[in-house]
Amino acid sequence: MEYLGTVITGTVGVDAHVIGTKIISRALRDAGFKVIELGAQTPPEEFIMAAQETAADAMLISSLYGMAELDLEGFRQKCIEAGLDDIILYLGGILGVSRRDFPEDEARFKAMGFDRVYPPDADIRAAIEDLKGDLARRRAARAQGY
Amino acid sequence: MDTRLFIDFGSTFTKVVAFDLESEQLLGRVQVPSTVETDISVGLEEAFELLAQEVPFGQEERHRAVACSSAAGGLRVVCVGLVPEYTTEAGRRAALGAGAKIVGTYSYELSAAEVKEIEDLAPDIVLLTGGTDGGNKRVILHNAALLARAGAGVTNVIVAGNKGAYDEVAAIFAGSSKQVIFTANVMPEIGVLGVEAANHAIRDLFISRITEAKGINRVRGLISEVSMPTPAAVLEAAKLLADGLPGQPGLGELLLIDVGGATTDVYSVAKGLPAGGLVRMIGLPEPYAKRTVEGDLGLYHNLDTLVALAEREAQAGTELLPRPGADAPSALLAAQVEMLGSRNGVPQGGAGAACQLFLARAAVRSAVDRHVGSLRPIVTPDGEVMLQKGKDLTKLRWVVGSGGPICFSTDPVTVLKGAVFEPARPLLLKPKSPTFLLDRDYVLFALGLLAQRNQGKALRLMRKHVLPIEHERSALEPVTVGGSDDEGS
Repeated sequence: MEYLGTVITGTVGVDAHVIGTKIISRALRDAGFKVIELGAQTPPEEFIMAAQETAADAMLISSLYGMAELDLEGFRQKCIEAGLDDIILYLGGILGVSRRDFPEDEARFKAMGFDRVYPPDADIRAAIEDLKGDLARRRAARAQGY
Repeated sequence: MDTRLFIDFGSTFTKVVAFDLESEQLLGRVQVPSTVETDISVGLEEAFELLAQEVPFGQEERHRAVACSSAAGGLRVVCVGLVPEYTTEAGRRAALGAGAKIVGTYSYELSAAEVKEIEDLAPDIVLLTGGTDGGNKRVILHNAALLARAGAGVTNVIVAGNKGAYDEVAAIFAGSSKQVIFTANVMPEIGVLGVEAANHAIRDLFISRITEAKGINRVRGLISEVSMPTPAAVLEAAKLLADGLPGQPGLGELLLIDVGGATTDVYSVAKGLPAGGLVRMIGLPEPYAKRTVEGDLGLYHNLDTLVALAEREAQAGTELLPRPGADAPSALLAAQVEMLGSRNGVPQGGAGAACQLFLARAAVRSAVDRHVGSLRPIVTPDGEVMLQKGKDLTKLRWVVGSGGPICFSTDPVTVLKGAVFEPARPLLLKPKSPTFLLDRDYVLFALGLLAQRNQGKALRLMRKHVLPIEHERSALEPVTVGGSDDEGS
């Protein structure tokens, strides 16, 4: 199978919900990605270090316990300092406390620098298609010297 | 007798302090107006003459004297980093800890216009940071290239960024006229602060080159050396006073406030961890010994800013002291301010003293507000959690006052109360019930200098000269916010 790129997966912070990220990892592997699976309760800094070491192309971060905003404060900026300027960042799960609706969460995390944001009932196959498209676009941008 | 002289070339005053290190006694202390604009040695000679009237000393003591300096604008540093909250902020902390005055801060790729600004600022040092080790190289290389081509306003560059970029940065600066020094990264990993090396590089450069450029070298030959910026000497003193030495205990964690003629400096030697409850810390880790400075809050050079600050507090109804002359506030305050600005000293009574207390208190309050950490509540599935950014100093035991406008004030307690926690602003983590101490004879900078040579003697002298203030009730005891104007009743 053709190699599509390297992706980091895991749930961020002290979130122990591990099933979702396991399914995501399996689907990515089946689709032809190299997957670095960090599993549950991963500190944000560990995502960054793993991406540096493996020259990863993207991170698919899960959070189902409502603390994503806190865990991921300044995450894109940290990636920039770490030399991961154009790494693709996806986030999915139960992102806010119940008072919020999804479009609001999506806007908030996109403003924080995430490329795509998914609700808990998102289809992983669609997300993988999104990822393939985003990687192709990034390759084109890099080829043009951006 | 082992007479030692210590000098501070301040922006307003040149001070000379004499200690006998054998008996560990203060022999004398004098101050005269600084003569930076003409010849700094003139003021020094005047101070020596004045001191000679109380303390016998000769050529040998003069030549052994060591000095610190904040004259000629202090140690002026521009910080250039990558992300504002990370390497740029880490660079700023390194510079402040070295006693610098930060005159400009820039993040991400510099633009041509920003480089022009830096040239015009003509800082003593540009501190270039960016990227964790092994992290981003692109931005620091871009900024190095622009700084290498910059005009004569850029002279000294200290590089404290991604070490993976150093060979290329060195190649970029090769052949330029800039003096470039490489030191360890201020943020080697995400969320890890490493400011010590940059801190030392800044101080070393200050001693080796910058005192010369500022005309401070005119005193070379007269004294031994100008060994550090004044705030660095005070920070050394604060650390020693808090931490002590083996077998010679210090006071423990403390906050030190130094109000001067041009700036108000705040130093905390404290971890500042959450005092309790459901609190999560965010932001860069805090340095244990931390300095912040309000470059525009001084009791002589920047009175305008201070008056504007007091006016804003009055309008917002948050002022803590009745304004002197409440019946004709603005005009009277203006007259007193004019008097303070021309007088070059601390008034010892009357309306001038009241005005001075009022403004010094406003300076302390604002400077400590900006030094301490704060809380922000957020709602989570577990209920309300507090996010703490910066140091929690609510349980701190000691608040030390230094600097002319506090040490020589008629009522230092009133001034220092500006540092205390305010129930109306509970999210600002200022000390709740500290004991106030005073650098009674205004000698802490000298003891910071002495600490470089003899820590034990410096600490014992500090314990003699940094003492509690008697809590006498003053005419200006605080009133409740928005209270009546019955001043002095």
